[in-house]
Amino acid sequence: MSTTTLPPAPKTEPVSKPKAFVSDRAKAERKLGWMLAGPALAVMLLVTAYPIAQAFYDSLFDYRLTDPENRSFTGLSNYLVILTDSLWWTAILVTAFITVVTVAVELVLGFALAMVMNKALKAIRPFLRAVILIPYAVITVVSAFAWQFAFDINTGFVNSWFAWIPGVGADTDWFGDTGTSLFVICLAEIWKTTPFISLLLLAGLAQVPEVLQEAAQVDGATWWQRMRRVTLPNMKAAIMVALLFRTLDAFRVFDSIFVMTAGANNTESVSFLAYRQTISRLEIGLGSAVSVLLFIVVVLIAFIFIKGFKVDLAQARGDG
Amino acid sequence: MSTKEKSWWIVAGVAIALYALSPIAWIVSLSFKAPSDLANGSFLPTVFSTENYGLILNGEASDLFLPALRNSFGICLIATFISCVLSMFAAYAIARLDFPGKKFILGTALAVAIFPVISIVTPLFNLWRQIGLYDTWPGLIIPYLSLTLPLSIWTMSAFFREIPWEMEQAAQVDGATTWQAFRKVIVPLAAPGVFTTAIIAFFIAWNDFVYGISLTSTGASRPVPAALGLFSGASQFEDPTGAIAAAAVIVTIPVVVLVLVFQRRIVAGLTNGAVKG
Repeated sequence: MSTTTLPPAPKTEPVSKPKAFVSDRAKAERKLGWMLAGPALAVMLLVTAYPIAQAFYDSLFDYRLTDPENRSFTGLSNYLVILTDSLWWTAILVTAFITVVTVAVELVLGFALAMVMNKALKAIRPFLRAVILIPYAVITVVSAFAWQFAFDINTGFVNSWFAWIPGVGADTDWFGDTGTSLFVICLAEIWKTTPFISLLLLAGLAQVPEVLQEAAQVDGATWWQRMRRVTLPNMKAAIMVALLFRTLDAFRVFDSIFVMTAGANNTESVSFLAYRQTISRLEIGLGSAVSVLLFIVVVLIAFIFIKGFKVDLAQARGDG
Repeated sequence: MSTKEKSWWIVAGVAIALYALSPIAWIVSLSFKAPSDLANGSFLPTVFSTENYGLILNGEASDLFLPALRNSFGICLIATFISCVLSMFAAYAIARLDFPGKKFILGTALAVAIFPVISIVTPLFNLWRQIGLYDTWPGLIIPYLSLTLPLSIWTMSAFFREIPWEMEQAAQVDGATTWQAFRKVIVPLAAPGVFTTAIIAFFIAWNDFVYGISLTSTGASRPVPAALGLFSGASQFEDPTGAIAAAAVIVTIPVVVLVLVFQRRIVAGLTNGAVKG
């Protein structure tokens, strides 16, 4: 790794002795850099680039694990099967719905939390920061169970607590149809991941220069005007980075769906569809094709964010 | 600040605490409910019962839970250790050395971090079966690196950038040997960053569900989240709710304690890597 990817040393004509010396040193530094960082890079490529290439290859075959002898090359027909199947489009819709709803709510809620933490009394700030981290520390599966049990028709307390809301009663089966199932899934996802987004936004808020705020206040700007003209533009980068991460993360939603509905009542996400094809049905070919399609969608989303919204990734990489 | 304003802050603080803690309180309360209490529709148990804990710690569900707990700890610790060592070298190079390809490495880390996990699972499921890594510890440790490495590289590079490396030379000028300068000056400065990264990497591995459920089939390597997910399907008892709740509490409490103890560092680690100030 370290030697093969090493770019050829620039052919700089040594004008004077000291420069040649620097170039030697730079060469050694370059080599050391690759030797130190190479293994990590190699492992990362090995555990992602290789599997996705393998998945792409597998997706071109009609291949069931239960019937390995009849593996045959079928070109892109797996993709055709998937793209003409309503299961795929339902999964895409469900995933897109969950992504849009959770990310939108999390952004607003996370922003509110960040504002409170930013302005909170010194005395309660450490307490708030600790409390806000707790949902982040809870395993997604545990959070999914907690929410599922709360809404469950037998073990839950939600039905008896919220019976005053029209439409909610002792016999409300939240996991009985698509809309209510998705509602609970979104709730669980929002609860679990809002802290992360609010911490990112809090870091962004801390970057807004205090003097600008004060100047705007002196000039008579209202709270809303200050928010729109000073705060938000100054933390645009932080907001976009948080949005990008959460969107891609939300698009992979799997755990909550597995635990709460196992894909029943049209609540299957794209990840869950790929899982079911591969692991449950042992359709390696079809499952690989779903995986590749999901990968392409994720790349597209990232591309749209980076090119379309001009997310500054130098900042995301801690490369500022 | 006026009293009125102060009380508003307290109201906001209480609201946030309720938001963050109520699901935890609920699962704890559920775990102490006796089977007869499970369906009573109230938040708190009427009688305090530890039956569920007995069930998973030495009852019939312990065969599922205890091996999973051991697997989770072992696999996550090893994965965390490997990714910390690898990213320590990488982060040192990124923070201190000048070499082309730095951007490429950080870019790759970003790409791997946003990679859909399920896209890796499908080919690995097939490959692991062929080469005998299916349902083994290494079979999970290797894919876990795809989760922990990118984040470790970012977080640690961000931490390492803040280290005043000149102090190493200063120590050498003052007569310290290279090794002394490294051990007495650099290691103490770098340790908090490495430690924080390790905690965050451990969380991420600990939280995994997709790999755990797809690449394992028995107690030989199945981690806790996967075991929890399968409790209802694979168990013999009538209503696994109480047992799941108790198991959930056992795996949640240590991590929550860890977070509370190291909260300041974790916040710094999480935000440094993503949004550089």
